[in-house]
Amino acid sequence: MEALREGMRQAMQQDERVFVIGEDIGVYGGAFGVTAGLIDEFGPKRIIDTPISEAGIAGAVIGAAITGMRPIGEIQFSDFVVISMEQLVMQGAKMRFMFGGKADVPFVMRLAGGSGTGAAAQHSESLENWFVHVPGLKVVMPSSPYDAKGLLLAAIQDNNPIMFFEHKLLYKTKGPVPEEMYTIPLGQSHVVREGKDLTLIATSIMVSRAQQAAEQLAEEGIEIEIIDPRTLKPLDEKPIVDSVIKTGKALIVHEAVKTGGFGGELAAVIMESEAFAYLDAPVRRLAGLDMPIPYNRNLEYHAVPQVENIVEEARKLVKGQY
Amino acid sequence: MNRQMDAELLIDHFQTMLRIRFHEEAIKKLFAQGKIGGSTHLCIGQEAIAVGVIGLLKKEDYIVSTHRGHGHMLAKGGQLKPMLAEILGKNDGYCKGKGGSMHIASIELGNLGANGIVSGGLPIAVGSALSARMRKTDQITVVFFGDGASNEGNTHESMNLASLWKLPVLFLFENNHYAVSTEISRSMAGSMAKRAAGYDIPFTEVDGNDVEAVHFAAEEVIDHVRSGNGPFVMQCNTYRMEGHYFGDAMVYRTSAEVEEWRKKDPILHVEQLFRERSILTADEIASLRAGIQAEVDDAVAFAENSSQPALDSIFSDVYSEWQ
Repeated sequence: MEALREGMRQAMQQDERVFVIGEDIGVYGGAFGVTAGLIDEFGPKRIIDTPISEAGIAGAVIGAAITGMRPIGEIQFSDFVVISMEQLVMQGAKMRFMFGGKADVPFVMRLAGGSGTGAAAQHSESLENWFVHVPGLKVVMPSSPYDAKGLLLAAIQDNNPIMFFEHKLLYKTKGPVPEEMYTIPLGQSHVVREGKDLTLIATSIMVSRAQQAAEQLAEEGIEIEIIDPRTLKPLDEKPIVDSVIKTGKALIVHEAVKTGGFGGELAAVIMESEAFAYLDAPVRRLAGLDMPIPYNRNLEYHAVPQVENIVEEARKLVKGQY
Repeated sequence: MNRQMDAELLIDHFQTMLRIRFHEEAIKKLFAQGKIGGSTHLCIGQEAIAVGVIGLLKKEDYIVSTHRGHGHMLAKGGQLKPMLAEILGKNDGYCKGKGGSMHIASIELGNLGANGIVSGGLPIAVGSALSARMRKTDQITVVFFGDGASNEGNTHESMNLASLWKLPVLFLFENNHYAVSTEISRSMAGSMAKRAAGYDIPFTEVDGNDVEAVHFAAEEVIDHVRSGNGPFVMQCNTYRMEGHYFGDAMVYRTSAEVEEWRKKDPILHVEQLFRERSILTADEIASLRAGIQAEVDDAVAFAENSSQPALDSIFSDVYSEWQ
């Protein structure tokens, strides 16, 4: 979360049009502390606390964006974005198109998503694919501190409306982050680990779980290649297709529920590409169960993919058991 | 005695009202000829509100409009040719034929968009007003909404935020009495006056078919908003003379009710004032009407002759830049 905070701070220092708006982001520092201290540096006029008013936040962000500002909105728990769907999907996303290309809508909406905190069914969802389905929006999902800062700065500089999904469990992740401003272009997949036996495409927190799984499997002599798309939209397909051509096998892992999830889109991308001819096993998806996130910690744990599930699924796929 | 508008300004407003009326009548004809598809919402009978309020704005002020928004755009400086071209889905339209009647906008003219979602514009108005303040301008935002939108959550969130933050927003409530088929007495609990009071926003109510009444009320209200005193709610009572959309059989209201409102036609009212005050003769009024009709006919011809958007432009405006 320090990487995100530093990104916001540097963007605000560099460009006075950038401001942050959301619930409890001022003195309180945000529900997860991401904006802590920013109000001391930038004051309440640029770190704007709102009432609980998600449609209002989205509207404020959109109206400010089309009139010369570059707002960063925060949806405290990504689940609450449902209250602002009309503004984001019906207004912000399609405004440029409806106006014949004569409007830029440069905003970033940051959303804290994901399960694993015992917060139950209305505070734990992974709704990113809802927005992938909306033309006009870009959808970003960082998996590491380095990516979080670089992608956030790229998103702030982009002239389009961007949904930026952060995973609550990743806020405490440690990793090297350069102090200077840098950007990671939106629409560049990242090969996180190279391997020859299986292409594993993972998003958000599933990238680090996949890395742990890959280390275990390496001890068995199985070499997993991990690709993190980083932006679901636009999707950089080539590294994924190239990797599947090399390995002949593909496993897709995400936390969001399987049915209608981004995994289906990734599977279709692979099967519509030249990689189809190289597949020597079915493309498999390992994703959240088709259910709301349970409150009970044990049930919650089993509702979404864990390291051991990834190990098992990858092993079966590599050993030809599908 | 009622205050009277300057004769020259009244003539000017009369012409803008006629431009809106004849524009809408032209659309009726084009629709009947099958040249317009989809759903087109006419503002016939509501012209005095758009003209009376927007006539007081500066070019750099913002308006946020509605699905019944042709009049708002024409009053904000919109030109007939690109208006009609847009409604016919043509290349020369304000949105290059990609938006249509319900999405006419021009950021350049300060119209942040008509809207196909009832109440969709109100949260955006909070944003443009916030932005104006952050950029240290004296721009105000006038957001139009109807009796239908008044019951949406967006409206309440927006009023709360605008009042809480003392933003320069004029909430312009166009009560035309019908949300599609539902008359306001069957949709609205309480009143807008009480709702505004609940959010600690000052309120005023005028006859929306009387352009002078609208003008003088709006003058005070706009001054209040521009001076940094926070938002205002202004209710203009009017009547949707046409159906909700072209072709609406209007089974939900009586012809007697429609006829009663027809007597209060805002354009006929101004003509009455011209006669009473000896500002214009009948011949001069007829001549003004003919002049505006010619403008509209010319714009219809322009729009009909405008080219269709090229197929290879289909994707070009979805993103500002793609990757």
